[in-house]
Amino acid sequence: MSLSLDQVRRIAVLARIELAPGEAEQTRDQLNGIFSLIEDMQAVNTAGVEPMAHARDLAQRLRADRVTEADRHADFQKVAPETEAGLYLVPKVIE
Amino acid sequence: MIDAGLRELAAALAGKRISSVELVTQFLDRIAGRNPQLNAFITVDPEKTLAMARSADARLARGEGGPLTGIPLAHKDIFCAEGWLTTCGSKMLSNFVSPYDATVIERFKAAGTVTLGKTNMDEFAMGSSNETSFYGPVKNPWDMAAVPGGSSGGSAAAVAARLTPAATGTDTGGSIRQPAALCGLTGLKPTYGVVSRWGMIAFASSLDQGGPMAKSAEDCALLLNVMAGFDARDSTSLERPAEDYARDLEEPLAGLRIGLPKEFFAEGLSADVAQAVEAAIAEYRRLGAVTVEVSLPNMKLSVPAYYVIAPAEASSNLSRFDGVRYGHRAPQYDDLIDMYCRSRAQGFGAEVKRRILIGTYVLSHGYYDAYYLQAQRIRRLIAADFSQAFKSCDLIMGPTSPTVAFDLGARAADPVQMYLSDIYTIAVNLAGLPGMSIPCGFGAGKRPVGLQIVGNYFEEARMLNVAHQYQRATDWHVRAPEL
Repeated sequence: MSLSLDQVRRIAVLARIELAPGEAEQTRDQLNGIFSLIEDMQAVNTAGVEPMAHARDLAQRLRADRVTEADRHADFQKVAPETEAGLYLVPKVIE
Repeated sequence: MIDAGLRELAAALAGKRISSVELVTQFLDRIAGRNPQLNAFITVDPEKTLAMARSADARLARGEGGPLTGIPLAHKDIFCAEGWLTTCGSKMLSNFVSPYDATVIERFKAAGTVTLGKTNMDEFAMGSSNETSFYGPVKNPWDMAAVPGGSSGGSAAAVAARLTPAATGTDTGGSIRQPAALCGLTGLKPTYGVVSRWGMIAFASSLDQGGPMAKSAEDCALLLNVMAGFDARDSTSLERPAEDYARDLEEPLAGLRIGLPKEFFAEGLSADVAQAVEAAIAEYRRLGAVTVEVSLPNMKLSVPAYYVIAPAEASSNLSRFDGVRYGHRAPQYDDLIDMYCRSRAQGFGAEVKRRILIGTYVLSHGYYDAYYLQAQRIRRLIAADFSQAFKSCDLIMGPTSPTVAFDLGARAADPVQMYLSDIYTIAVNLAGLPGMSIPCGFGAGKRPVGLQIVGNYFEEARMLNVAHQYQRATDWHVRAPEL
């Protein structure tokens, strides 16, 4: 398998990472190197093997739906790039 | 005191032969003198450290100290610590002062330990040499031309250089064990779920596990006693009764069955490492252990499976860094999507971007089955190999890393070569097993060699016993680099 430049650009869009002009070529070559390593597993017959999503097949524990944390709104927003009146500011999305 | 183990330091503190403030000052002075060269710490804040030491001294004076009260420790910069810059080695978080403590930090605070600083690491723990850090590479104290390993390279270099008595690390594919091996330390990655991941910045959540890095197995046992334990805030934390991981340290090894996977001693293992590891195994036979050959036939698939699973989980975990709630935001952008794309392009380094792109691809429509599910099926085959091997042995041993520390820059341009550094450690994370590395000699360039010990689930106390008995019989673990 070999990724094309268009595929690399498409993946970068999905991943929300801007590629600088000319960066796609180098990225493609490096990703293709990594995928040639990954290809080693394609030949393995895994028919009938159940996928293992988590170490030791742990089941996610559930907890009661009740408030356990204090409101630390202001502390958590102190590290935000831009806030106003307790809200996170982002560029306008609806005209 | 800089070479002392934790029990000796605790006894000196309890016996009032030294105060925590005095002890901490010795280490802060060493950091000030040597860190500019080693680059092991990202953040040092003597004022905060001394305040913690004063409060530990007060607690000791009241007779309320625990086994580690007043002892200085360094924490990998992946653990959120309230009021401390917590960068994860990334420009993305270079402005992030954590508003809360990770559970691991909280537990060490409750035990009365003193934070010396936050250690350097590969960016978001993605790397095996500490060269992907936004804060620059860390040097190996044994040889300034060599890498310390990664991703917990700052923690490893700091302990080896005696800038701290011990440190925390995290291990997703070998990030505690490989730097421990390359810097001549003892490091333990516990069974998945033993140490809480809450507040530990996520890389690959089904693999990440925190653990101790120290000069001896005994020190690791004492640290794990504090780190381990159920945490309701981590949904994969295991509900198990508390254990004293030091309880079996003095047990004899007679009759211990050590499994030696033939795949660990095959092509790719350098001769100097093989020689040191074989000498360590011979020492174990003298101590009463017997060895049996075992096989992990799917081990060679662990690297490809890992480089699907870990990037897939990383691409999902790192989507939280979008320049909205915390972290880097690009100064200029056209609209919301452009803000995300530029913030992430500027905030992440090359290796992190590569892994996010791989993860995005293997999870995308049309490729999910061929890559992600296939990798998860191989993961099960690897876990099954270990279960089969543990039918005929108590523990598995082999090399931690195929070579001693490599030169700075030697593999930085070739991601695939770098990934193969972790060929012996990755399978352990995929299976969720506990693994450790202990120093067992020196190889080419007088650089340290690590012996890897892999246990069955929850066998940490037994592994620490096995490591401790070796350290009673040998002195590799007390050797220190000349600085």
